[in-house]
Amino acid sequence: MIGVSLLAAAAVSADAKTLVYCSEGSPEGFDPALFTAGTTFDASAKPIYNRLVEFERGETSVIPGLAESWEVSDDGKEYIFKLRKGVKFHTTDFFTPTRDLNADDVVFSFERQLKKDDPWYNYGGGNWEYFASMSMPDLIKSIEKVDDQTVKMVLNRPEAPMVANLAMDFASIVSKEYADKLKADGKMEMLNQEPVGTGPFQFVAYQKDAAIRYKANPDYFGGKQPIDDLVFAITLDPAVRYEKLKAGECHVASYPAPADVKSMKENASLQVQEQAGLNVAYLGYNTLVKPFDDARVRKALNMAINKPAIIEAVFEGSGAVAKNPIPPTMWSYNDAVKDDPYDPEAAKKLLEEAGVKDLSMKVWAMPVQRPYMPNARRTAEMIQADFAKIGVKAEIVTFEWGEYLKRSSEKDRDGAVILGWTGDNGDPDNFLAVLLGCDAVGSANRAQWCYKPFDDLIQKAKVVSDQAERTKLYEQAQVVFKEQDPWATLAHSVVFMPMSKKVMNYKMDPLGSHRFDGVDITE
Amino acid sequence: MIWFLIRRTLLLIPTFIGVTIIAFGFIRLLPGDPVLMMAGERSLTAARYAEVMRAYGLDRPIWEQYLTFMNNLMHGDLGVSIITRKPVLTEFLTLFPATVELTVCAMIFAVVIGIPAGVLAAVKRRSAFDHTAMTVALIGYSMPIFWWGLLLIIFFSGILRWTPVSGRISLLYFFPSVTGFMLIDSLLSGQKGAFTSAVSHLILPTIVLGTIPLAVIARQTRSAMLEVLSDDYVRTARAKGLSPLRVVGVHALRNAMIPVITTIGLQTGVLIAGAILTETIFSWPGIGKWMIDSIFRRDYPAVQGGLLLIAAIVMVVNLVVDLTYGLVNPKIRHGG
Repeated sequence: MIGVSLLAAAAVSADAKTLVYCSEGSPEGFDPALFTAGTTFDASAKPIYNRLVEFERGETSVIPGLAESWEVSDDGKEYIFKLRKGVKFHTTDFFTPTRDLNADDVVFSFERQLKKDDPWYNYGGGNWEYFASMSMPDLIKSIEKVDDQTVKMVLNRPEAPMVANLAMDFASIVSKEYADKLKADGKMEMLNQEPVGTGPFQFVAYQKDAAIRYKANPDYFGGKQPIDDLVFAITLDPAVRYEKLKAGECHVASYPAPADVKSMKENASLQVQEQAGLNVAYLGYNTLVKPFDDARVRKALNMAINKPAIIEAVFEGSGAVAKNPIPPTMWSYNDAVKDDPYDPEAAKKLLEEAGVKDLSMKVWAMPVQRPYMPNARRTAEMIQADFAKIGVKAEIVTFEWGEYLKRSSEKDRDGAVILGWTGDNGDPDNFLAVLLGCDAVGSANRAQWCYKPFDDLIQKAKVVSDQAERTKLYEQAQVVFKEQDPWATLAHSVVFMPMSKKVMNYKMDPLGSHRFDGVDITE
Repeated sequence: MIWFLIRRTLLLIPTFIGVTIIAFGFIRLLPGDPVLMMAGERSLTAARYAEVMRAYGLDRPIWEQYLTFMNNLMHGDLGVSIITRKPVLTEFLTLFPATVELTVCAMIFAVVIGIPAGVLAAVKRRSAFDHTAMTVALIGYSMPIFWWGLLLIIFFSGILRWTPVSGRISLLYFFPSVTGFMLIDSLLSGQKGAFTSAVSHLILPTIVLGTIPLAVIARQTRSAMLEVLSDDYVRTARAKGLSPLRVVGVHALRNAMIPVITTIGLQTGVLIAGAILTETIFSWPGIGKWMIDSIFRRDYPAVQGGLLLIAAIVMVVNLVVDLTYGLVNPKIRHGG
């Protein structure tokens, strides 16, 4: 519970600038490394913490964060980070730092997730899921302090996306001094409840399921924020978030209902930002199962799908037809790739050529709405109708979400699944290797597609550090992808962000987070 | 009376054990598991999945998990939430006052309006008031809570701007939680306008949650009153020349209240079920919203612990109702 000592910080003075953000849910906690949900990162990693490197606001490019500069050895295995000097951790009611950030904090932040014998490894359930899913335990050989301002990280193999990975939320730097104090006091779990970071805002209080309060960090190395107080008003229902926005009870609201966007745009007191989401929605065949192991069959089915009609009906125009597995805003996007044309007649012929007759298959539709797919059921129905035109009978199946995720990843799964992905570090590897690499067969590779020419290209791109060369390899990989068609690439969605006209300088994050550093409001 | 009390209390034990089995089994009957929900589209390799399942003890046979659960329960340990990694009991105690505050207000609202409306409808039987009241009650009874809540928000908050949209208090006010009851805490805080803000935030959720019990209580009161009014002793009282107010208010009402008290008790369970939806619409930080969240995320410990605590409370409330019933109507004690 929040202590009485907070009373001093409690009264919001009349001239303080307070920005209220209507968020869509409660954070799971405030130690970002323990969790995987975007809602949690919005409330923890983004306002409270910094990382060695950061994503530039509104971009996917990586800029210096707590590390002023870094060097990578020629073999791509050694990283030397030079830390910024004079970075202060938050001074709060529950903690007063006695020293600035140094290499110990960085080493601690990673080792607690890496080393099974670290006293903090089992804290909070000991489940460092994001760290694990990014293969960090296999990748990082060691991380050590060279001197107070220098950290050396050694990898087991070169990994080109490493720097982008370190800008991700699980790599947030926590205070070792604070952690030591909590451990000595026997209150380790407080690290996750009363966070201390170096970020633009500092934590004031959290009332579960109701509100999170922050105030601007007066000592922030990037300068004090234009607003004084930041409040997250937790509001689950999108219709209610919209009402609060209209009533002026919040300035910014997350995830509007697609149906409300039009009336939001017409509201004189609101502005609606929009951005192409860094995402893709696809229909993934099971390439291990007949007849989908034949690329001609997959191509024929792709040619039967009327994608513009889906964009029109399901995305209500707020999306674009996808031809590549990565979105057009991603570097290395190969615009020269030609999408499979919509041509039911040619599709029929191709099926005949492949010797497939009277095909009956399953089309899986997700039971939930995701940023990349507003209505999977409707999409499946349209695909079903398209397939019927070329004589393919499709049965739509669906499962509860957790079950859907599990069953769709199984190797002997039948038919084709609708699913998608939102990038989390702006690197093409984050799409191509995570979703289509041989290592991911049986898990995130829903097409169960292990194709050597493709895998060789992305494996090679993973280890070279020259971006121009990586770009070439990824462009080639996209060509191979389209030849083989493990998926029907369906759409890239557009994400909307409604806010009051009073809000200035808000930049939508292509990676889908909600950041309030640099944001101002007029009175 | 003592024996009645002991008997009723002893009966709680097998009921409670039954409830633990249901609470424990319910969430496990649902497909999917917390580990899959955590991983999302990213998915887990089979090895990693097994590792995480082991970490949460979910790889062991169900009966073993149940025995561990019961053993921990005996030691007052409800486990730790998989989502927040906080003790379930702590989570419950943090959120419970908000739900109590809302349900008590809703019940008061339902009783204060429902009983007089029912009495009046009975006394003025077949009048326009009676017909209107009973029609409104029927509509109220069948009103989907979610829709009703949104309707009120759009009208009173959106169009008329009379009430705030959601939450417990304006976010401009901020003070530590002392009792957990916003009406009390806002007074204790000494901040000007805080109490008014808390009250204005309570109005719509109270109405929404109180609507169904209000309808049920009004109808129950009416039919109980009608029955009593035709009884001999009422006729006698009338014949003796007592004022109509005294006949209805004292003689009839007291006896008509017996079934109504039972109804009020039974409505407690209904209120808690309704609180789940009401809290979700109004972003009311209570256990209802917490349960929904936990069910969606397959947070086994939170769901089973939360359900158990809720069931325990409903059982205690029902016990109290039974006892009250016994006090009002001595016949029950001998018969039961």
